Amino acid sequence: MEFLPTLWFILIAVLWIGYLVLDGFDLGVGMLMKVWARNESQRRVLLNSIGPVWDGNEVWLITAAGATFAAFPHWYASMFAGLYIPLTFALLALILRAVSIEYRGKSHSQTARNMWTWMMAGGSFVAAFCIGAMLALTTTGLPLDEYGDRVGGPFTWLNGWAVLGGLAVVGISLAQGWAFLSLKTLGAPREAANQRLRRYLPLYVLPAAIWAIMVTAHYPKISASAMLVLAVVGLIFAWVSSNRRKEGLTFTGMVVFILFGVGSIFMALYPNVLPSTIDSAYNLTIESASSSAYTLTVMAVVTAIFLPIVLIYSVWSYRTFRHRIGEQHIPEAAVVTPV
Amino acid sequence: MDPLEVARWQFGITTVYHFLMVPLTIGLGIVLVAMQTAWHRTGKDHYLRMTKFWGKIFMINFIMGVATGLVQEFQFGMAWSEYSRFVGDVFGAPLAMEALIAFFLESVFIGIWVFGWGRVRPKVHLTVLWLAVAGSVVSAYFILAANSFMQHPVGIEYVNGRAEMADIWAVLTNPTLLVHFPHTIFGALAVAGSMLFGIGWYHLWKRRKEGIDTVDENGYVVVGSTGSKARDEADYRGWRASFRWGGWIAVFAFLGTAFTGHAQAQMMIQQQPLKMAAAEAACHDGTGFSVLSVAGADSDGATTCDDVVGVFEIPGLLSFLAYNDFTTPVEGVNTLIPQYEEQYGTHLPDDPRYGERAGSEIEYLPIMEVTYWGFRLMITFGGLAALAAGIGLWIGRKGTVPHDKTLMNLAWLSILAPFAANSAGWVFTEMGRQPFTVAPNPDPTGVDQVWQFTAAAVSPGVSGEEIVFSLIVLTLIYALLLVVEVVLLVRYTRGGHPAGMPELLADERDDDDHDQPSSDVLSFAY
Repeated sequence: MEFLPTLWFILIAVLWIGYLVLDGFDLGVGMLMKVWARNESQRRVLLNSIGPVWDGNEVWLITAAGATFAAFPHWYASMFAGLYIPLTFALLALILRAVSIEYRGKSHSQTARNMWTWMMAGGSFVAAFCIGAMLALTTTGLPLDEYGDRVGGPFTWLNGWAVLGGLAVVGISLAQGWAFLSLKTLGAPREAANQRLRRYLPLYVLPAAIWAIMVTAHYPKISASAMLVLAVVGLIFAWVSSNRRKEGLTFTGMVVFILFGVGSIFMALYPNVLPSTIDSAYNLTIESASSSAYTLTVMAVVTAIFLPIVLIYSVWSYRTFRHRIGEQHIPEAAVVTPV
Repeated sequence: MDPLEVARWQFGITTVYHFLMVPLTIGLGIVLVAMQTAWHRTGKDHYLRMTKFWGKIFMINFIMGVATGLVQEFQFGMAWSEYSRFVGDVFGAPLAMEALIAFFLESVFIGIWVFGWGRVRPKVHLTVLWLAVAGSVVSAYFILAANSFMQHPVGIEYVNGRAEMADIWAVLTNPTLLVHFPHTIFGALAVAGSMLFGIGWYHLWKRRKEGIDTVDENGYVVVGSTGSKARDEADYRGWRASFRWGGWIAVFAFLGTAFTGHAQAQMMIQQQPLKMAAAEAACHDGTGFSVLSVAGADSDGATTCDDVVGVFEIPGLLSFLAYNDFTTPVEGVNTLIPQYEEQYGTHLPDDPRYGERAGSEIEYLPIMEVTYWGFRLMITFGGLAALAAGIGLWIGRKGTVPHDKTLMNLAWLSILAPFAANSAGWVFTEMGRQPFTVAPNPDPTGVDQVWQFTAAAVSPGVSGEEIVFSLIVLTLIYALLLVVEVVLLVRYTRGGHPAGMPELLADERDDDDHDQPSSDVLSFAY
């Protein structure tokens, strides 16, 4: 019975969608702190727009990794070992980024703040790129031998797919970042967000669209193509909404786009989880990579209980901090002097 | 290059480093809950100041735990893929549960707590902190469930060459876990206790040095004030409470680690006899606890059992530690190793996936200098911290601390001792488990085939050079970030209560007719 591995394949896809929707805008806002913001107060508006929520959003990544470990240990082992170098960069980027969020406001000199801004923006970019590369290679595969071990050097992963997937997640993050800022901020960032989305939204998501189209062409399936169509509908809806200055609807359209776009990619991949580019007999599939039925059942029960709880308090957290913030809300920078 | 050694160094460095932050997060989190609850119940100003000051210290450290924890979640797959394949079915589950049940709770609610001052009602705000800290404690439970599985695998069956979970309840109530968890929580409280004690001492000392507080002829404190809110009586009360709470927590936490540690040692004799024998440098069966043993290195530079010379031992104590009597001999290394060799073989299988290690001999004896001294350093540092706290509480019993710089330096140095004890304990228990990643379960109910050599656990497809690269960059970044964290901790510590409550200084900075900041301004912002 393939029900449990299929269920878990869907749940892993859901976790990745959750991650790209939520941490996507954190990563985008992080990049925009360098790319767009021109002065200290703009940077602080951007940083504080994600301040209360970014850490919870990042847990979606940890949960995606942990759930893959529990439900598909062979997928986890082959993918993480096979992508050793890009994941090392992703980890470094995520470490520097996380620390910069907390420590930037605690530094006293402009030099230090600039340095943390670079870490935030650079870390967000590298993390988005490497995670995108990883997701792309999950769909197109790695040179895996019969044991699931990578054959070839540390850089065999570096191909057009990896770059495309990397750019796709960077682009999605930037679009999500703008969509979030248009909902959460006042003044200059909101204006800029609405303008960029109106003009460039299709451009930001272009790599992601190419990726999704190429994957669905690679593994032709009606269901995947249907989802891709829905993703395009979501995207058009987002773009039209941004032109009508409907900020909430723009964000909703983006969520629909990510949901069905990533959904189509996972759908195309099914029932593989990580193909081998050497021999399709070595492909990791939902069956060959999965844990025992017992483990999958236990984890399904745990998820059925706790994921709704997580969603409820996450929504409450967003509601609590739903107010827009602008430069007028940012207090003076904290300066700590010895008593 | 053989990836095994570098992969082990990497795991050791990243995990010991991560565990500098973790006990402070857990311990200080619990203390923070107590502080804010005390403020909520009594409304006393100094509890609010403590909550806010220690909240800043907590957050400076918390973020480093979050950042370095990411590496933990990823590196099993990256560097230890064979391990992940062998045990993922059972080891992955507590990790996934940790993320879903604990990390979300911790991360979402800590965000609400930090930004929620004045935004959510005080009662809700307090509840939010309770939930966040509950997340930390629960996360400790799950990750220790995973670690306890490596020490003593239970709840499993052996299917198709892999460990598969058969009973989640058994995994989550592993007897090893049930003593491991309280031991770790007490260890975390010891860290927090010494931190409060040392920093409380520093500020009480500083108030005396600046002449704010004085003592009467009987040595009792006379609390003063400079007129500034940052240096008033509530400031004194806050530091005195931190000092006292910290001292008592440090003492009780040490006692807690001692009792749970005793239970752990007794369990270890049954579950991992060779680890305990190596911790004792006990080559031959015996009853005596070694207080000091020395060894000459043999011609290969390695210490073997035949070189160990007991300098001083307490007869019967080892038997007491192991079996609660003074006569039952504890099996020594020379008795145990042949048993292991018979049961688990003398060589790693000659499988080409093991690279250069294929067919190599298995060394069952953990590095005895590490286990022997790791065990003793853990106890020594833990004891020193408690001793410092106990003496300090006595010295400070009349309400303040002496105007003496040496004592003050000793007090803040004692902050480091529980960190060292935690690290030494982990190094001991993890290196003592070698040469296994998953130690065999010798109980009659244990599954015979579920154990794994560390040499067989490392990723076969990853080169040594790749791991050297990540080891170097991670170590460099970690070293730099440690400097940054310590600089910030010192800066905020010296800033005292106003570091957490800038409004204490606001009156002095502003003129009377200065516009009050509008109520729209965030109470806290990055």
